[in-house]
Amino acid sequence: MSEKLDDRGLARRAFLGQGLGMAGLAGALVDDGVLAAPLDARPGHAGPRAKRLIFLHMVGAPSQLDLFDEKPVLRRYDGRECPAELLAGQRFAFLGKKPRLMGSPFRFRRHGEAGLNLSELLPHLGGVADEISLLRTLHSEEFNHGPAQVFSLTGFGRQGRPSMGAWLSYGLGSLSRDLPSFVVLVTGLTPGGGSSLWGNGFLPSVYQGVRFRAQGDPVLYASNPAGVDRSARRRIVDDVVKLNRLRLDALGDPEIATRIANYELAFRMQTAVPGMMDLSGETAATLASYGATPGRASFANNCLLARRLVERGVRVVQLFDQGWDHHGSIRKRLPVKTRQVDQPIAALIADLRQRGLLDETLVVFASEFGRTPMLQGASATAAGRDHHKDAFCAWLAGGGVVGGRTVGQTDELGYFPSRDPVEIHDLHATILHLMGLDHERLVYRFQGREYRLTNISGRVVSQLL
Amino acid sequence: MSPMVANEITCCLRPSRLSANSPETGLALLVAVAVVFGGAGPQAAVLAVAPQSTDHWAYQRPGRPAIPRTRPGDDIRTPIDAFIVRRLRQQGFVPLGAAARVTLIRRVTLDLLGIPPTPEEIDAFLADRTAGSWERLVDRLLASPRYGERWAVPWLDAGRFADSNGYQRDGRREAWAWRDWVIDALNSDLPFDRFTIEQLAGDLLPAATVSSRVATGFHRGTMANVEAGVDPEEERVLAVIDRVNTTAAVWLGTTIECAQCHDHKYDPFTQREYYSLFAFFNSTQAEIRTAGTRRDFTGPKIQLPQAVDTLDRARAQQRRVQRLAVRQAALRGVLDREQSAWEVLVGNRDDTPGWLKKILSTRSGRRTARQKGRVGTHYRSLSREWTGLVADLKKARTLQKTLAPATTLVMSELSAPRVTRLLKRGNFLDPGDPVLPGTPAAWPLLPVPTGRGLNRLDLARWLVDGNHPLTARVVVNRHWAKFFGRGLVSTIEDFGARGAEPTHPQLLDWLATEWVRQEWSLKSLHRLFVLSSVYRRRAAAPQRLRLADPDNRWYARAARRRLPAELIRDNALAIAGLLSDKMHGLPVFPRQPKGVWNHIGVASNLWKTSQGEDLYRRGVYVYWRRTVPYPSFVNFDAPTREVCSVARSHSNTPLQALTLLNDPVFFEAAGALALRVNREAGERATAIDRVEQMFRRATGRRPLSGESKILVDRYREEYERLVGEPRLARSLVETWIPRAVSEDRAAGDGRIALAAWLHVANVILNLDEVITRE
Repeated sequence: MSEKLDDRGLARRAFLGQGLGMAGLAGALVDDGVLAAPLDARPGHAGPRAKRLIFLHMVGAPSQLDLFDEKPVLRRYDGRECPAELLAGQRFAFLGKKPRLMGSPFRFRRHGEAGLNLSELLPHLGGVADEISLLRTLHSEEFNHGPAQVFSLTGFGRQGRPSMGAWLSYGLGSLSRDLPSFVVLVTGLTPGGGSSLWGNGFLPSVYQGVRFRAQGDPVLYASNPAGVDRSARRRIVDDVVKLNRLRLDALGDPEIATRIANYELAFRMQTAVPGMMDLSGETAATLASYGATPGRASFANNCLLARRLVERGVRVVQLFDQGWDHHGSIRKRLPVKTRQVDQPIAALIADLRQRGLLDETLVVFASEFGRTPMLQGASATAAGRDHHKDAFCAWLAGGGVVGGRTVGQTDELGYFPSRDPVEIHDLHATILHLMGLDHERLVYRFQGREYRLTNISGRVVSQLL
Repeated sequence: MSPMVANEITCCLRPSRLSANSPETGLALLVAVAVVFGGAGPQAAVLAVAPQSTDHWAYQRPGRPAIPRTRPGDDIRTPIDAFIVRRLRQQGFVPLGAAARVTLIRRVTLDLLGIPPTPEEIDAFLADRTAGSWERLVDRLLASPRYGERWAVPWLDAGRFADSNGYQRDGRREAWAWRDWVIDALNSDLPFDRFTIEQLAGDLLPAATVSSRVATGFHRGTMANVEAGVDPEEERVLAVIDRVNTTAAVWLGTTIECAQCHDHKYDPFTQREYYSLFAFFNSTQAEIRTAGTRRDFTGPKIQLPQAVDTLDRARAQQRRVQRLAVRQAALRGVLDREQSAWEVLVGNRDDTPGWLKKILSTRSGRRTARQKGRVGTHYRSLSREWTGLVADLKKARTLQKTLAPATTLVMSELSAPRVTRLLKRGNFLDPGDPVLPGTPAAWPLLPVPTGRGLNRLDLARWLVDGNHPLTARVVVNRHWAKFFGRGLVSTIEDFGARGAEPTHPQLLDWLATEWVRQEWSLKSLHRLFVLSSVYRRRAAAPQRLRLADPDNRWYARAARRRLPAELIRDNALAIAGLLSDKMHGLPVFPRQPKGVWNHIGVASNLWKTSQGEDLYRRGVYVYWRRTVPYPSFVNFDAPTREVCSVARSHSNTPLQALTLLNDPVFFEAAGALALRVNREAGERATAIDRVEQMFRRATGRRPLSGESKILVDRYREEYERLVGEPRLARSLVETWIPRAVSEDRAAGDGRIALAAWLHVANVILNLDEVITRE
């Protein structure tokens, strides 16, 4: 194939100005309201610490009180009725009128030089404790899973806004020639928020997350139809390109040039994606450290894939892990989940560190909300915890984040923040900041308004920097 | 603090931060904190924004501009051309001439019907050089039932129509009758004022019919969250808000939602006015029902009328079910009476299973309900008569279900109107003063009739009585953009202070008034558009013109635009000869990759692929699941239909290339195209002839020699290769030539040729030109 056509320069094209107004990125990111090449890498607003993001979202909401936020008082009042004052004006999905408190049945231990306090369910994470900083006072506006997931990933509780990954791709472009800039990996079923969680919203669709699948085609339609091998596909793509080229010469429509470039990228993706997804080339030691098994669909595999993706220049990797909605039997079910994620997450951080990628890769662990200090269910053994949006935890590692810090404090029961509350928009502002983007200047004009990921709020959590 | 408050606050106001710094510890603190949070919630200062001035151009009634005078030699076919030419001249541009006739027939057929013209239709048009041939072609197209199927698509986006509820659970809903209503309304050219009134208030018409009630499904397109923990009242309020916002966006090109929480910052709407509009939609019942921790989707629906014979069969079946049920009850009584004797008998036998003996050893009065149930079930299962009856009844009930009338979601008004209150900062838990239904002061007055309050029907009539300055302009502009590539107001969705100024204000006003004068006929509007010289221009433009007017603001050339998602598939199926022309009815399930529907929630993830003709129905009939829409549509920018959308983006991505290359739907279309052309070409046709026919089916035109050579070479090369691999050729043909078009799929050499043509067809169906309306 002609090398000339491989040139990304061919893809110069206004994606925008199609009736969707575009004021674009402020400052240097935009040229005349039009991005010359929508996926070309761009420098952002300020020197970034992180170039890439791996965002781990635990779908269903893990209990922060059993993993990250130890509450001795809560343990002391275990089984007692919850103070009525605490319940006034609150809404719950399942709790009855007089819920009782539930202390954590799990022990906590301090780790690393900084003495980060973590549950016994996270022994491996303890091993990399000095890399991570904990946020203990996150607050969400949304109370049900679907809207809360959408809120935590798009900054708005209803579908239709661009996801954080789409904003980042829009702001920073892609670092990869062969892979999309924003990749999504899901363990288990698709989260309730659906594809909005990685959607482009009103941004051009080139910025949407591309879901890679563990089974079947890693990218929908990436494999050739039965009976068409790679060389046949190459011949067909070559002809498509040649004929489109003739049409481009005749009509001069730059859209055709973009299409040509996209056929070339599609063809490269067809090879790059299966190769990227194939873990068999990893050493036994690496596989063992993650607990990954080539060919299996697991969170461990997805963590290893996340490293392979950022290594190959993917800008944003978003992992979802299903199964954390522990309304009942939390004592039994939470350890099952932590066993699935603790080791691979710790291995991911260690692996990134060892490969020299951690300083430029931001890793974030979060969920749509947390769980109540009150127990749900009749007996202690079957007890679970209800949804809780007023104070929950997330952590960040790498990408310029100072390790070992704990930001924010909740009250004695872990119900409300008592110091340094952090909003979802603050977390977003912080992530953008670490990636070199100013959340107040990363804007897109749509339907008469300039929109931001952080809406009209958001404050960088400086304690993490 | 409610979930909604915060959302809406974040629209334009900055919420004060959560601040609960306190040195105290212990439960005392918690109480204090709880007071802070359980009370009014974080305070947000309401910005004191003076409503903007109402002399904004779009709020003035359009005048009736005179048609500009033109010069001899100007290419004027309609008044549209006079307006456009004058502006072009002012800008110093010379318009391009008309496109080739073959381009024109493809352009207009794709625009009006969403499918390409056949070679026969093209030949007939090319042969007809008499005066009025273009007008006759346009009239033929406007009369086709395919017209309604094509133009329903943008309206379904606006009405956020889907076959599922949305959100986490995303269960199925039955609402397709509304989609069919839209198709039929467009085909019968129901005037837009009537079209509007029936959809917004068809239930309130003095002579409401089933059809006018089905039409109200428009506003039942709102999502419904049935996650446990959902407050039905909150969901109801959200649905009403969505109805207000959608109505404003679709009919008035106004982004009004900012006024939910505070006075609008840019446009002249107060929060009170927002809730006056809200009041029109507020007297409907809740659509979420609480059942313990479960939530169900409910709300008014109606049964669709059935054909007389179906009705007769349904009634007969109902009687049969009743008869069987009576017999079953009688037999049950007999068996229950006989059971104790049997128990004595069996209790002592050695071959009685252990579990049964154990239960029978307990006196019947002391057995648990579960134990009693198990024994009874077991005993009855020994009776042939009983099991036969149970099976018959089950079958009869299943059949009864299939004969039950389909339903569809409709609007219906509560008998006593609900009092509407302004919601402070948009919070449904924080109602303020009561407000009455009414329209914003910036717009024409809607007087309150004596003796009753205003209702939805009044609102609907007000929108389309011809006096509202926005309705006709907004709708005409939206349609203009579809034919000419961009709106006369480029912000299609925003005619407010922050929207764009019209490039051709006089043309916009002339069109808006002309449309009303033509009694809101959409077909007349489309006819007016496509008869113009502007519409017929060439798209290929010299570099100079392209640089001088990159966005084609002045319409010196024609817009060249990729087809919308559904039409890309329709087009490929039509080229291949696979497209079904069956209309209406239940949604269909074309092939989609396995596992796409593995979504969380209680709703069934079963994608049951359709059979036969239903595999090849038009995209407008494809099942629409909001959280996971049909993947090839997603790749080509179909919206999720979670909320109203009045404009789609037109992206150009590598995933689109992968879809066209590899999606089995498109590869199978290549197979069908290969077979079709081979059959039609006849024995003696050369490879060049066949390439030409295939290319013509896909693009309408004959290939240039350079193009033809590339494709003929492809055929020859693949043929050579496949001669050495007859098994591959065979499997390609058997896999990819759909049975729908052929049981007999050639043999031997014919098969090798067919497999080689399949490659050529795959190339052709991937061409930019094929998915573009030029």
